[in-house]
Amino acid sequence: MLDLKGYGPALLNGAVVTIELAFLSLALALALGLIGAAAKLSNNRIAVGIATSYTTLIRGVPDLVMMLLFYYGGQVGVNMLSDYIWEAYEVDFFFQFDPFISGVVTIGLIFGAYMTETFRGAFLAVETGQIEAARAYGFSSWHTFRRVMVPQMLRHALPGIGNNWQVLLKTTALVSIIGLTDMVRVAEEAAKAERMPFHFFIPVACVYLALTAGSELFIKWLDKRANVGVIQENG
Amino acid sequence: MMPDFLASWLDQNDIFNAMTIMEYWDGAVTTVQLVFVSLIIGLVCAVPLAILRTVRNPFVSGPVWLYTYLFRGTPLLIQLYIIYYGVAQIPGIQETFWWEIFREPFYPALLAFALNTCAYTTEIIRGAIMSTPHGEIEAAKAYGMNWFMRMRRIVLPSAARRAVQAYSNEVIFMLHSSAIASVVTIVDLTGAARNIYSRFYAPFDAFIFVALCYMVLTFILVFAFRKLENHLLRHQRPVGS
Repeated sequence: MLDLKGYGPALLNGAVVTIELAFLSLALALALGLIGAAAKLSNNRIAVGIATSYTTLIRGVPDLVMMLLFYYGGQVGVNMLSDYIWEAYEVDFFFQFDPFISGVVTIGLIFGAYMTETFRGAFLAVETGQIEAARAYGFSSWHTFRRVMVPQMLRHALPGIGNNWQVLLKTTALVSIIGLTDMVRVAEEAAKAERMPFHFFIPVACVYLALTAGSELFIKWLDKRANVGVIQENG
Repeated sequence: MMPDFLASWLDQNDIFNAMTIMEYWDGAVTTVQLVFVSLIIGLVCAVPLAILRTVRNPFVSGPVWLYTYLFRGTPLLIQLYIIYYGVAQIPGIQETFWWEIFREPFYPALLAFALNTCAYTTEIIRGAIMSTPHGEIEAAKAYGMNWFMRMRRIVLPSAARRAVQAYSNEVIFMLHSSAIASVVTIVDLTGAARNIYSRFYAPFDAFIFVALCYMVLTFILVFAFRKLENHLLRHQRPVGS
């Protein structure tokens, strides 16, 4: 059996941290993506401008730089804010900006931008006739969005969401750089201490492989379900 | 006046002086070298690998599939760590001339980046080769072209046109991923920003500036690829435009 030199439990905890981080950031990214897509497709020029600059900015900057900015800058920003609140309202407010939060915020923000594009494309793929029909039945625009647009757009968005999720999962490895003890961090410390890099990094790589392979299967299954009732070109 | 404002601002701050700007510049040079060289190596290796990947014999395409699967399924950071820490552990390497090369962090990082981008590029080119219209190959066969000429004259040029869009994304991803080189003590753009951050404890100045640098590089790449795409697809433009 694989002898992990007593680092086994720490690695397992790290894996749990990685998975938690991935799911929380996914939730944030999906929410931001929906908001962003709705803003991009709206008629409000300010909303379109904000959403467009958001996606352009995010896609121009490396994820690591963004993460460092949020991690090191986040605390300074929070301190500035709490100083201000103390001076203005005499309210004691403090908030520790830890690596986990900055990881979730950064990864969520980055993939929110990619999700925005995915959802935008998917919304555009919904036939306009469907929306007109919903309107003709007297649906309000919120109702049209929730009952007609979202269920039909999900089918088109799934492959894109799947791709983004695969990339997101691998991006979570970066939080080890800002000091979160995820499995990459534990493996790095163990590899340095024991001078056995292959011994610790290859199992971690295998965990990532298992996660990506597992989610690939799950997405395929979801995709099949979402496309029930739609004739596929190449089945 | 803008220049006056800029000059007075530059006088007042002690972060952006000639020395730190030079540090950023050296970092930018390292980033560009690292990305450019690994992209070239990756692309050169990816073309034959992609062709092998489309071969029907599973003993030929299988190993290439395994290679792309492993490198696309794991984070680049782990690949970098395995190569960076792992090279020193290869028995006997410290006596050979390879050690002179691989003791510097630059070359392990280059190797990791090249292997990673090669895996992604292989899959991009494979997808483009697989979607070659049958008619093109049939026509080439009808003209009596052999396999090699068909590849060189018909399949690869037409695949290149279909691959360029996805490849431009891969190039930008590579530029952004190269930021992790700073983790193995390479002073690239991000590394310069981290050094300057730790010297002045000024996260916003250090990281926002470097983010802008990356943004400029990204937009140059986007622009260049748009030009290239227009050039490659000029035969498909509507008449008169």
